This record gives sequence, structure tokens and C-alpha cells, in this order.
Amino acid sequence: MKRFAAWTAFLLGSLIFILPLFGMTEFSLSMRRGEYSFDAYASVLADPQFRETFTYSVVMALFTIVFGILLVVPTAYWVRLKMPGLRPVVEFITLMPLVIPAIVIVFGYIRLYNTSSWLPLTGSAMGTNILLMFGYTALALPYMYRAVDTGLRSIDIATLTEAAQSLGAGWTTIFARVILPNVFVAVLSGAFLTFAIVIGEFTLAALLNRPAFGPYLQLVGANKAYEPSALAVISFAITWLCMGLIQIVARLAPKPPAQPH
Amino acid sequence: MSEPFLSIQSVRKSFGATTVVQDFNLDVDKGEFISFLGPSGCGKTTMLRIVAGFEQPSAGRIVVDGKDVTGLKPNQRNIGMVFQAYALFPNMTVAQNIGFGLKVVGRPKAEIDARVAEMLALIKLGEFGARYPYQLSGGQQQRVALARAIAPKPRLLLLDEPLSALDAKVRVSLRDEIRAIQRELGITTIFVTHDQEEAMSMSDRIVVMNAGRADQVGAPFEVYNRPATRFVAGFVGTLNVLDAVVKDPASGAVEIGGVPVALARPVADAKSGDRISLALRPETISMTKEAGRSVAIPCTITAVNFLGSVIRISADANGNSLSFDTFNNPAAPPPTPGDRTTVHFSPADLLVLDA
Ligand SMILES: Nc1ncnc2c1ncn2[C@@H]1O[C@H](COP(=O)(O)OP(=O)(O)OP(=O)(O)O)[C@@H](O)[C@H]1O
Ligand SMILES: [Mg+2]
Repeated sequence: MKRFAAWTAFLLGSLIFILPLFGMTEFSLSMRRGEYSFDAYASVLADPQFRETFTYSVVMALFTIVFGILLVVPTAYWVRLKMPGLRPVVEFITLMPLVIPAIVIVFGYIRLYNTSSWLPLTGSAMGTNILLMFGYTALALPYMYRAVDTGLRSIDIATLTEAAQSLGAGWTTIFARVILPNVFVAVLSGAFLTFAIVIGEFTLAALLNRPAFGPYLQLVGANKAYEPSALAVISFAITWLCMGLIQIVARLAPKPPAQPH
Repeated sequence: MSEPFLSIQSVRKSFGATTVVQDFNLDVDKGEFISFLGPSGCGKTTMLRIVAGFEQPSAGRIVVDGKDVTGLKPNQRNIGMVFQAYALFPNMTVAQNIGFGLKVVGRPKAEIDARVAEMLALIKLGEFGARYPYQLSGGQQQRVALARAIAPKPRLLLLDEPLSALDAKVRVSLRDEIRAIQRELGITTIFVTHDQEEAMSMSDRIVVMNAGRADQVGAPFEVYNRPATRFVAGFVGTLNVLDAVVKDPASGAVEIGGVPVALARPVADAKSGDRISLALRPETISMTKEAGRSVAIPCTITAVNFLGSVIRISADANGNSLSFDTFNNPAAPPPTPGDRTTVHFSPADLLVLDA
């Protein structure tokens, strides 16, 4: 009986989740009257604006990932190693982006970095791109930090650090050869999550007026019938690909050694 | 006498208001094997970490080979370290782990490879170079950790309870192996342990630590047979403590459970009638009267523990509880609790403990 209830709940949940997906996919394939076809997809892929915005967002995602790694891994490492008392504080700060809407962040940015401010980042395309990357990093922070912090917890960073130090390693070597490789999987899952977030992000890109994929999705959605569904399916597939990659990477990762009792 | 290779001078270490190491002085010769022995929390690890440079002493200096290294960072000291938790780098193979210290200082690849091969042979894991730490047993991991520590030819080797995570058999074989390797390389070594048997069997000299101080520094034989303090006497080896009444301090005449005993030395700082504590090692007590064991005390057996080759017997002698060992003799079954017997010992073996 319990099993039955559980299965019912599971199926209901799946239906709520899958039905819209199914409907959307079905619709995206029905551009040609009377038969299924990939016409909508072909139309989307042929659009030069699709390629431009998608490429822009991919590049932004890559920069965000690199910047995020350089920001989060050393911070999480240092906090764990030297200031464990500060962990709750840092954790709280990294959670802020979940509570503060992106629109608040972006208005804050525009207010702080407008053309008449002390650091007029919004004055040039490059400056705005950098600002956008900071924004993306903030949005991805909760996921990135959590992933990395969990990764760090699975190894004895204090002793590994000391072992490396006694062998003559400085901080850069310790970080690059000992810490980073051992949290690589965690960093990668953080990276894929960041990628998924950046690819679909709308608010920041739209308000900073950058040619990103998110605003393009909105534009197409407002003006066409079948293409938006095709686009949604594509972005959904990308997100799921990222999730799948996280799983694969996790499986390929080197195992931690048996800990002494 | 030549300059000591490592000199720990008046080191004190406090964490906030608590002082965990104080008045610590030690000179170590080149190639010596020193153990820090003491109960949990007495400051062994802290002292070792000060030598390694992971902690800064609140006062005092560390001098290695004539140079003050107190201000140097751990990665500038060229000191090899082995940890209780192995601490192998999980992302590197055994060979990469061993070669890490050489790679960090930019040695050429050929030299690293040769040294790694040499180390693998030394720890008898020649075939294991390509494995990852998780594919090794605890004992194998610790041998790799040892090889990793000594591969860069450090000036000092520090080991912090490297054997305590291993099971008994591996522990014994690995300690012999560590000692053999240490002798072969002639590397000056400090070994931290709370296991007195380990310290006794491995060390040239033992530093017995108590509450942050070095109570006694000496060869195992000396520390065991001539403990400097009551703490050392009690911590190193098993000890029977007997209550005695002083009869004549100048001649060393005392009474143990009513039996008069003439000590080998006068009793310092005591008056006639004072109660003092005397100590006896289990192996200096026997149930048969052996040469020189002139004191005989009647007692009642309270417990008999058959340990194999050795039988540990506990007895009560007029309120003093005694514990001593006899060898197993297949022809003569051990006594049983309740038996009355007489134990014999030599007054020369009695240690006078200061209060
Ligand atoms: N970073 C620290 N901050 C505060 N107190 C510390 C610190 N490190 C050690 N202590 C204290 O110093 C004392 C000595 O610790 P230490 O680790 O040197 O003991 P130990 O002799 O190695 O003990 P064990 O055999 O249990 O390893 C302990 O009471 C410990 O609580
Ligand atoms: Mg310790």
C-alpha cells in the first residue's frame, strides 16, 4: 500500500514534469502540417542571430567559469584551512544571490558603474561584458561554493597542505598540484551548473543590453510560433547534457584513498 | 664533543593562555634516532610541528646544522615529515607522490625517475609505482609516505605517530623497517609516539614528555632502569609502587610491610618515620630466591594472567599490590589465586620515587 502511494506520487510528479516537456517537444516538431519534422530546428539553426547570441553566451559562460574557479576555490580552501570559524559567514554570503533577485543586482551594478561613476564599466562593450561576468559569477556562487566546499571536505586539506609544504612546495604549487586536482570533480560540477545558468540567463543580459542567448530566446518567443519551442528544447537538452557530464566526470574521478581509522 | 646537528633551545609554546610546551631543550647528534614519548596531550605533536615549522614557538630557537631556522617557513627547512594519516596525495600515483618533493624544486626528470626507483626498491614496493594510494593497504601507504619524505634527502626526518593507525603485526614489522632504513641512510630522526614499546625498541635516545616538559632524556636502558622522575618511572614500563617507612635515612634502612630492608643508597630529604614510595619493575621480582634477591616478602596471589610465554601474576603483600612475571614452564602449572607464597627481590632494584 505504501509502495503504491509512493509510486503514485512519483508518477504524478513525473507527469507534471514530463507532460509540458512532451507537449513542447511535440509542438516543436509540428511546423510542417500533418507530419513531424525538424523544420523549426532547421529554421532556428539557420538564424545567424542564434549563432551569434549562443556563441556569445558560451564564451561568457567559459569566462565566468574560469573567474568563478579562481575566486571560489582559493577562498573556500583558505577559509577551511585558516579561518574555519568564518565558514558560516562565508556560506551565508554565498547564499545571498539566491535571496536577492537578479534585477536588484543589475540595478545596483548600473547605479555603481554607470558612465558618470568612479569606475564607468558600462561605458564600453568590454566593460559591460566584464560587469556581466561578475553578475553571472554572483548568480552561480551558491552552487559553485557549495560544490567546491563539499569537494574540499572529502579530503584532509590541512594535512595534505602540510605534507606538500614539508616537501618544499609553496602556495601556488600546493594549490595547483594538490588542492585543485583533488577537488577537480567538484569544480567541474560547479562549472557545468554555472554553464547551464549562464546559457539561459535573461535579466542581467537584457538590462545590461548584451547580445546573449537568454534575451534572444525571449525575442524569438515573442515573435514566432514553432521556433521558441525548438529553442526551449535545445536549451533544455544543453542543460541536461551538462548534468549528464557531471555524472560521467564524477564516475571517472580518482577515488580518495582509504582513510586510516 | 662536536656541535649538535639539531638543537632545540628553551622552546616554549602557548596557545592563548595555555602553555603546552615549556623549557624544552634538546640536542640531537647527526644520524641519531630520537623518540618523543608521552601521554596524549603532553605536547609531542606541538614540539614536532615547531621543529617542522608548522608552529612558531612563543619563545626559544630551533637550530639545524648551526643555522637558526626558527623564522623559516616549513617549505624552506628541508625537513621530511610523515603523518599518522599517511597524507598521500590522492590524485598522484605512488611514483608521483615519491617524486613530488624533487619535482617541486625542479630536479630533472631523469634524476627524479632514478630516485623514485631507488626509493621504491628501498620500501620494497618496486612494482607499485603506477598505483594510486587508494589501491594500497595502510602499511603500504605509510611506506610510500616514508619514501616520499626521504626522497628529497631531507636534513631531518620527523614522524608523528606513523604507526598508530596500523594493526599490531604491521606495526611491528614496519617499525623495524623504518629503523633499518633510518640506519642505512643515517638520517637524523625524531619519532613521536605514545607507545613505550615502540620508543624503547627503536630509539637511540628517548625524550619522555610530561605536561609540556621533557622530564628525562636518555637511552632506553637508562630511562627504564634509572627513571629521573616519578612520572617517568610510572609511564615507562610497568611499575610496582610499595609504601615504605623510613627507619634511618642516612643508612637507607626502611621497612616494607613490616619487613626491614636496607636500601643501596641513603634516603635524601627524609626523617625517620616518614612514609616514602619505592618502586620495583615486575621483572626484578621472583617467586624463587635468585642470587642477590635478599629481601623476602610473604604475599597472597590475587590474579594470574596467562599471556603465553609469560605469566603475569598479581599478589597482595600486606596492602601493597605487586605485579610480576614468570616464564611459562610446561612442567609446572602456574599458581592459582589465593595461594600463599613468598616473593624475592634485591634492594638494589628498588627505585626511590620523589613524592
Ligand atoms: N592549535 C591549537 N590551539 C590550541 N590548543 C592546541 C592547539 N594545538 C594543540 N593544542 C593543545 O596542546 C596540547 C598538546 O597537544 P599535542 O597535539 O602536542 O599533544 P600530543 O602529545 O601530540 O598528544 P597525542 O598523543 O594525543 O597526539 C593539547 O592539550 C592540545 O589541546
Ligand atoms: Mg600528537
